[in-house]
Amino acid sequence: MKMMKLVYPMAFVLALTLATTGCRNHKPYGVTPIPNGPGGQVGDIGSGGTMGGNLPGGGQQASLSGFDNYNEDRAALANYTIHFAFDSAAIREKEQANLQAVASALSSDPSTKLTIEGNCDERGTEEYNRALGERRALAARQALAKMGIDPARVRTISYGKDKPVDAGHDESAWSQNRRDDFVLLHPKTGA
Amino acid sequence: MKNCLRICLSLLFAIFAVALCRGQNDQNEIVINRPVSELGNTKPVPVSIEGFSSEVTDILKFDLYVQGFTFVAPDAAQYQISGTSAGDVVGRVVDRFAKRNILSRSYNGATLRRQAHAFADDVVQAITGKKGIAQTRIAFKVQGASGNGEIYVADFDGHNAQAVTHDGTIVSAPSWVPGRSALYYNSYKLGNPDIFYHNLNTGERHVVAHYSGSNISPAASPDGSRVAMIMSRSGSPNVWVANPDGSGLRKLTSTSEDSSPCWSPDGEWICFATKIRERRVLAKVPAGGGDVQVIHTTGAPNPTEPDWSPDGKWIAFTLQAGEFDICVMPADGSAPPTILVRGEDPSWSPNSRTLIYARRTGGHYVLSLLDVYTKQVKDIRQISGSDSEPAWAK
Repeated sequence: MKMMKLVYPMAFVLALTLATTGCRNHKPYGVTPIPNGPGGQVGDIGSGGTMGGNLPGGGQQASLSGFDNYNEDRAALANYTIHFAFDSAAIREKEQANLQAVASALSSDPSTKLTIEGNCDERGTEEYNRALGERRALAARQALAKMGIDPARVRTISYGKDKPVDAGHDESAWSQNRRDDFVLLHPKTGA
Repeated sequence: MKNCLRICLSLLFAIFAVALCRGQNDQNEIVINRPVSELGNTKPVPVSIEGFSSEVTDILKFDLYVQGFTFVAPDAAQYQISGTSAGDVVGRVVDRFAKRNILSRSYNGATLRRQAHAFADDVVQAITGKKGIAQTRIAFKVQGASGNGEIYVADFDGHNAQAVTHDGTIVSAPSWVPGRSALYYNSYKLGNPDIFYHNLNTGERHVVAHYSGSNISPAASPDGSRVAMIMSRSGSPNVWVANPDGSGLRKLTSTSEDSSPCWSPDGEWICFATKIRERRVLAKVPAGGGDVQVIHTTGAPNPTEPDWSPDGKWIAFTLQAGEFDICVMPADGSAPPTILVRGEDPSWSPNSRTLIYARRTGGHYVLSLLDVYTKQVKDIRQISGSDSEPAWAK
């Protein structure tokens, strides 16, 4: 019986030791094989140049197809760029003269069309600015429509803040970058 | 007497072994649901790391730091991470408080980097009960001084980056199709901001939307069956949805200044930034069409670029107020947003804990990771130029 008194604590300690290490001894190191290749999610990226199929809608994507056979004349209307207030697509009164000049150019040659390029300063997030630049271009198209220019002759494109004319980071740069540029389109000869 | 001793020993051993092993399994099943008050306010979990090469140690520290861990001496650590990386990574984790081994594993194949990421994920799983992010992927845009750029994919830490496009034009807004190796993005390749679908396995791509005006900001639905985007063909930028091939187009909103759509993880809602009653707000619209509802971002004016967490609980967004801040709020609007760090365009990790976002420095963007609970931040490896518009693969 004396021996039993010693055995119990001994057994306890022994059991505890075995139990704490026992889990590991029961389950030896698991081995995880790692497959080759990047992240297991993206395999070989193809050439990145393969364009499959036709445009959806049988190529009749709104009115864009009507602008295919034109040459850009960036110089013709370069002096009539209009500018905007911060975070605004509202056309200011002082820009009316430039818009009128653009409308006159289009009216004088019915074969021409127009691209309005909307741009922003850098003080906005990228996708917000991409939408803001489009709103600026659309505002000018609407103003030209009021001056009698058929909106079907006008396409809009926003560059967001990707095409600043002044790379500076102050108000004098920003005020130049918040703008609509007007690009006259002449039909390609023979088209 | 001998028999008695043997029985006693066996019995005791069995009881302790079962009890302790069960305790270990319970540990693995803990799921932590954190309240809003812990956003940006949580103490990191102290761990020690010993025995690995400096390369593997650096990888483990990076992976764990952006998931809410901090590094201390072994005698101050709650969890002791140790092992070797001679040849292959072999690692274990000891819970120093509970005095037990909670992970013990070895890795082989691929590279030490991949093995280290796999071990980091097992460490996170063992300690938090949540799936880690160390083996996930991201997409982003890389832009040069000309304004032109390319879409890239990389590991979540920026390593193993690969260009997806080689078009030399303006690109933006990559969006992963969940569960697939495919992206939507915006490219000016055809002379107009159009939306492309790009299969990363085959390299094949097709145009989803090439309409007059803007076709931008694509967002794949959680089941991949639809894509939301901003299009201006009807006269103002609005939220539209279409099938992946561009068919089935439907205009969902007629608000006036929409941008940056994202999906709720159940596919029921599309959240976006817009202007309602002269105030910039976040709003949501049923993906099948219906009334637009404002999501109130009290205290955070000019919200934009929302991203709904995969677990459905949170919406992260950018606050534009002179500077740009990353904010997180409960998706149900039950609490106001918490402003976390300077930055923009957040995208959630698959486990809804870490955000990847872009921050401005020296006239360009770099990509960073943010653990929303501890507010621990780390830049990922950058590609030259400006790296922005990150999207986390889910």
